[in-house]
Amino acid sequence: MNDEIIRTENLHKSFGKLEVLKGISTTICRGEVVSIIGPSGGGKSTFLRCLNLLEEPTGGKVFFEGQDITAQKKSIAAFRQKIGMVFQNYNTFPHLTVLNNITIAPRLEKKISRGDAEKEAMELLRQVGLEEKWNVYPRQLSGGQKQRLSIVRALAMHPEVMLFDEPTSALDPEMVKEVLNVIKELASRGMTTLIVTHEMGFAREISDRVLFICDGIIKEEGNPETIFAYPKDPATMRFLSMVL
Amino acid sequence: MNWLKLLKLWQKYNGVFLNGLIGTLWISALVLALGSLLGLLVTLVRMTRVKPVRRIGSIYIEILRGTPVLLQLYFFWIGLPKLLPALELTDTQCVLTALVINASAYISEIFRAGIDAVDKGQFEAARSLGMSELHVMTRIILPQAIKNILPAMGNEFISTIKGTSLASVFFVGELMTSQKTIQSATFLALESLTIVGVIYFILSFVLSKLLKLLERRLKASE
Repeated sequence: MNDEIIRTENLHKSFGKLEVLKGISTTICRGEVVSIIGPSGGGKSTFLRCLNLLEEPTGGKVFFEGQDITAQKKSIAAFRQKIGMVFQNYNTFPHLTVLNNITIAPRLEKKISRGDAEKEAMELLRQVGLEEKWNVYPRQLSGGQKQRLSIVRALAMHPEVMLFDEPTSALDPEMVKEVLNVIKELASRGMTTLIVTHEMGFAREISDRVLFICDGIIKEEGNPETIFAYPKDPATMRFLSMVL
Repeated sequence: MNWLKLLKLWQKYNGVFLNGLIGTLWISALVLALGSLLGLLVTLVRMTRVKPVRRIGSIYIEILRGTPVLLQLYFFWIGLPKLLPALELTDTQCVLTALVINASAYISEIFRAGIDAVDKGQFEAARSLGMSELHVMTRIILPQAIKNILPAMGNEFISTIKGTSLASVFFVGELMTSQKTIQSATFLALESLTIVGVIYFILSFVLSKLLKLLERRLKASE
């Protein structure tokens, strides 16, 4: 059964004269874990950011659960509630405590009571080992802790998909693992996951499918064993020979 | 200038001066409150996606910044009653309207600079959670912008207080008008000007110290 959750059709994005995405069509299925790899400037992050319309595509369509979200900009907030996103620079809210970082969106947008929202937030914090930090501000957290916070902040909205945009690229090396473990745990529990990453070992380990995006198109895709061991496209080979 | 005369002037007319001070205070408070509200509105207009609407916001600000306040006061004093004869606006109301509109332009610029200084990632994170644009602004961006805004806002507060003195041209009750009244009754120009000057200075000085205190508080909670 092909249980589609996100589909893009001939997705294009230009910034002025620079064409970053040159027609990307792909389908993501429920429960699938997809890694997006490729050289810098190739369009990986832009592709991811088009999926929740943080970037507005200049051409093509994005479907979420069969609905064309590019045609329904007014209700985009409702779609975004179902699409969690984690950023390279964490983007935790510095003026809110750890607990409030997590509860603000569910309380405001889903009208969850403070008590219920806080109870769930504490449970989420416990799962990522941050329960003791519930009452501090993000500036008192390490990079890895901030990123774990930003993951549970997204999870508190009960998204159906999680988008990770280079979640470990800004981290000190010793903190990469704690964040990757959280993502791995999430993926293993069946969360539909798209991750733009430079951690090739990680991509190979957790993915059902790997997309190699280069020059604004999907140059090659397939299961991780095939892509990493037997790449077909010369661009993929060149890229892998440089990063592996 | 005769210091003895100054002292006697104060003793005799301190009630008039204080009445003027009260006028200045309430006009300033009103202008700043309404000017801030209108200014925020103008800022939001200037941040919409619709380009022609943004353009209107920019023109509004450029005109108000590019012409003298005194001219604007005359313009509204003469123009507003003609435009809205049914309202039977008093001089004070016309002058207040002009001051509010003038302040809104400057305050809007301050808001915009403060909002621009907030990391773009904050907008993105809030939006990615599915927050409404209103909540993104009021719960995530503005609370962070306040800190950036406060120093410039302090300047604007002080210049507004001093700017209300222009209302005396139209004999609206405030400090400068009191000074005019007293001067014409006593012919003690320098003395009355000195007293009013001291009052303005104390007002601005105290306000600026209070704002510094608030700034430090906010910094400490960071």
